[in-house]
Amino acid sequence: MKTFKLATALAASVALPSIGLATELEVTHWWTSGGEAAAVAELAKAFDAAGDKWIDGAIAGGGGTARPIMISRITGGDPMGATQFNHGQQALELVEAGLMLDLTDVAEANNWKDIVYPPSLLDSCTVDGRIYCAPVNIHSPEWLWLSNKAYADAGIPVPTNWNEFVASAPALEAAGKIPLALGNQPWQSNLAFGAMTVAVAGLDVWKQVNVEKNMDVAAGAEMAAVFQAAADARKFAAKSNVQDWNQATNLVISGQAGGQIMGDWAQGEFQVAGQVAGTDYTCLPGLGLNAYLSTGGDAFYFPKLQDADKEAAQKRLAALMVSPEVQVAFNLKKGSLPIRGDIDLAAANDCMKKGLEILASGNLVPSGDQVWSPDVQKQNEDLMVEFWKSDMDPGAAHAQWVENLKSGL
Amino acid sequence: MADTFASGAVEPRGPKPRRVFSGRNIMIYGTLIVVCLYYILPLWVMVMTSLKGMPEIRMGNIFSPPVEITFEPWVKAWAEACTGLNCDGLSRGFWNSVRILIPSVVLSIIVASVNGYALINWRFKGSDLFFTILIFGAFIPYQVMLYPIVILLREMGLYGTLWGLVLVHTIFGMPILTLLFRNYFASLPEELFKAARVDGAGFWGIYFRIMLPMSLPIFVVAIILQVTGIWNDFLFGVVYTKPDLYPMTVQLNNIVNSVQGVKEYNVNMAATLLTGAVPLIVYFISGKLFVRGIAAGAVKG
Amino acid sequence: MAATKRPGRLLRNLNGKIAAVPMILTTLVVFLGGTLWTVLYSFTNSKLLPRTNFVGFDQYERLWASSRWNTSIENLLIYGVFSLVFTISVGFVLAVLMDQKIRFEDTFRTIMLYPFALSFIVTGLVWQWILNPEFGIQHIVRSMGWESFVFSPLTNPDLVLYGLLIAGLWQGTGFVMCIMLAGLRGIDEDIWKAARVDGIPAWKTYTIIIIPMMRPVFITTLVLVASGIIKLYDLVVAQTSGGPGTASQVPAMYVYDYMFQAQNLGQGFAASTMMLLSVLIVLIPWAYLEFGGKKHG
Repeated sequence: MKTFKLATALAASVALPSIGLATELEVTHWWTSGGEAAAVAELAKAFDAAGDKWIDGAIAGGGGTARPIMISRITGGDPMGATQFNHGQQALELVEAGLMLDLTDVAEANNWKDIVYPPSLLDSCTVDGRIYCAPVNIHSPEWLWLSNKAYADAGIPVPTNWNEFVASAPALEAAGKIPLALGNQPWQSNLAFGAMTVAVAGLDVWKQVNVEKNMDVAAGAEMAAVFQAAADARKFAAKSNVQDWNQATNLVISGQAGGQIMGDWAQGEFQVAGQVAGTDYTCLPGLGLNAYLSTGGDAFYFPKLQDADKEAAQKRLAALMVSPEVQVAFNLKKGSLPIRGDIDLAAANDCMKKGLEILASGNLVPSGDQVWSPDVQKQNEDLMVEFWKSDMDPGAAHAQWVENLKSGL
Repeated sequence: MADTFASGAVEPRGPKPRRVFSGRNIMIYGTLIVVCLYYILPLWVMVMTSLKGMPEIRMGNIFSPPVEITFEPWVKAWAEACTGLNCDGLSRGFWNSVRILIPSVVLSIIVASVNGYALINWRFKGSDLFFTILIFGAFIPYQVMLYPIVILLREMGLYGTLWGLVLVHTIFGMPILTLLFRNYFASLPEELFKAARVDGAGFWGIYFRIMLPMSLPIFVVAIILQVTGIWNDFLFGVVYTKPDLYPMTVQLNNIVNSVQGVKEYNVNMAATLLTGAVPLIVYFISGKLFVRGIAAGAVKG
Repeated sequence: MAATKRPGRLLRNLNGKIAAVPMILTTLVVFLGGTLWTVLYSFTNSKLLPRTNFVGFDQYERLWASSRWNTSIENLLIYGVFSLVFTISVGFVLAVLMDQKIRFEDTFRTIMLYPFALSFIVTGLVWQWILNPEFGIQHIVRSMGWESFVFSPLTNPDLVLYGLLIAGLWQGTGFVMCIMLAGLRGIDEDIWKAARVDGIPAWKTYTIIIIPMMRPVFITTLVLVASGIIKLYDLVVAQTSGGPGTASQVPAMYVYDYMFQAQNLGQGFAASTMMLLSVLIVLIPWAYLEFGGKKHG
């Protein structure tokens, strides 16, 4: 049995078109925006070309809507062939309950340990020394995207960091623009706050709070300053009445809004709209203050199925997702960074290159999903969306935030 | 009480109207017409928006009729709108809803009618107690039973399948339908049942030869009730099925809320109308029976 | 009633019992079993998977400390009170108007009732569109020359509940009107005659005679509308997704989000148990009024 598994894994690693073995796998994910759909089509194309059949199970409405459906299907005994999660703690309990396929043999056959960079990505897939997921990309949420057109209309230069952005906001408003575009979905407010934490309080504070989980720092003056800054920033977003992140991005693309704090996946939307980095829009990683990346991202998990053929196909798909060709094709469309350091993204545009540089420099921190449980993340999302979309007192929000973090200790 | 709704025979109770243009009439009709505008407005807006092109929507007024009528949004909503890589529009959701609807309606009505019949004519010790719990069950928030049912379906091996959802609809349709049938059967003359018993007819014999033929109207009411109720369900569709089995309401919400580029309001409205079409058609065809069906909810045990 | 009751032995009336098996299973396993299971597990710290690690009232303490939950309850109360008052009063007034021997009664009723055939998802999406500040009512009034006109309830946290209410009333008042109309027509003609003979004006007859007589109809309507309000979910999902911020959150969304999104089943169960409790608060007094004293059935 062991040798059989190894053999399939080896076969998968070279992606041999196994004619007559076409196996259908249903793959669920929440990639439904224009850029995302184009990227996921690359995965499907590669899988189909290798002789299997990708059955697309897209679930609209973002991860918050999609994950419950995925999880209840897995725990409800109706698992799909493969499913997206953000790597980190989202699928931890499913793995612990023995519901996920062990991919260690695929990983060993393909040397994932050596090629996946940064290694923390693979660590997030590892439970008790076994590997349970295939990372597909790195996303860093802390970027500021700016519309060159909006600033040209207002007759002011495009800011180069968050502080300049704040200073420029009144001029934008005077020109009839929304300074900051922010969608209504709760996670977007949480993301904006996370980015501002690094920009305003610095990387060290971020690490002390989120990695070392030092609650004194969390309750301290530096974080109070972040809440105050966010309270100022929310005024810039007061007129932004859209729901989805890509509708907010669209406000930036069309020049109705000055900027948006959003992950590097926003890149895909600019690309679909035919915009050129540097001339039509400007991107500032770490809000232009602290150039760093948090190594969050997407990974695929493979629920256990009682079917040897499907299991073999699952392993073929896992190996395929990490393979160099797919990594290049997928990440160029998605606007995200590849999970292996040994491939050449010559076709990458300015913004992706900035990301690649930071990745190479090793200025990396783990993402929120990697350090906090979904329960804490959800509580913070609830808090942040309330805070950003109302006139909630910063001090009260700060106190509640510390309580939320403590519930996850 | 249900009968009162349907029969136009019962006369209105108010005082007789006097002249056509009395102040009183102007007030009554004026109020009713204003109220009706509020009710018609959304339907009007839906239809108008769905027949316009996006440029016209951006320029114009949501209430005005289209300058240039286009059916493209309808085609797109039905056959081309995307969720992820699946760009087959609402048509898939429509057929899923049909496939969910038919067995759910048939099964729930069979179960409830037989059950109502047993509760009236073949009572046993404890049957009233179960019936009372059943009626109370209609008021329990679904959220309370959401997860236990996930477990139940998993144990039965039905989770994520069409039949799992059919079972859920049968369970949650049971209180109101049983009530409906039980009350209707109670209104039939008892002598019929007794005479059949004397003639030696058994449980099923009486059900098929006497109860069923006499109860066609109530079956129609039950069908209307279930068709609209099941078609409009969202929560169970989301929780107990998977994407390729999503009913139309869930897919509608997906299509409208998954934006690729610019929001296409005309397509969204066409999709919304298409989803509402089935219950609306049922409503307009059935007329008074529909009124009777929904009023069944108001009948007390 | 046709009581074909015989001495209770198990095999007697076997068919009747077999016919009732689905009902017995539903009541015992789903309604009672499921409810008790949820209540029981609300005292555990179950995360993604249900576990029997009991933690007492911890989940409830956290629930009531949560600002989102408190907002949800507050929203439900505000929405509920307005919705009850408006559906019942508007429904009654419409029923009275419809009861004035008017022409085109069927047409009017058809128009008022059709929204009830539509799902909450459809209702939410339509009203989202009409209330859209860029294209909807606000835009039209502004384009007619009133530039500073503001009517954008769905983007204003203070008004969003009223935006939901407009849609909810649109969907539901026709139904209440129908029940009320049936109630009005169920009242004996002689009462009207007597009132007319005594020279009591019509409005007074309604307020002092008819409404008290229709008490059971009002109570039934109240219970139906109230239990619908507690379940409020689809409409909010489609129309506002709970936003802006947490301004239109409702308890049913909290349950779903914490059960599945936050992977904190225990918290979700605690919240759904609170929902159950609120239904019981509505239901028990009603059941007592309706069935109290006389035996049910």
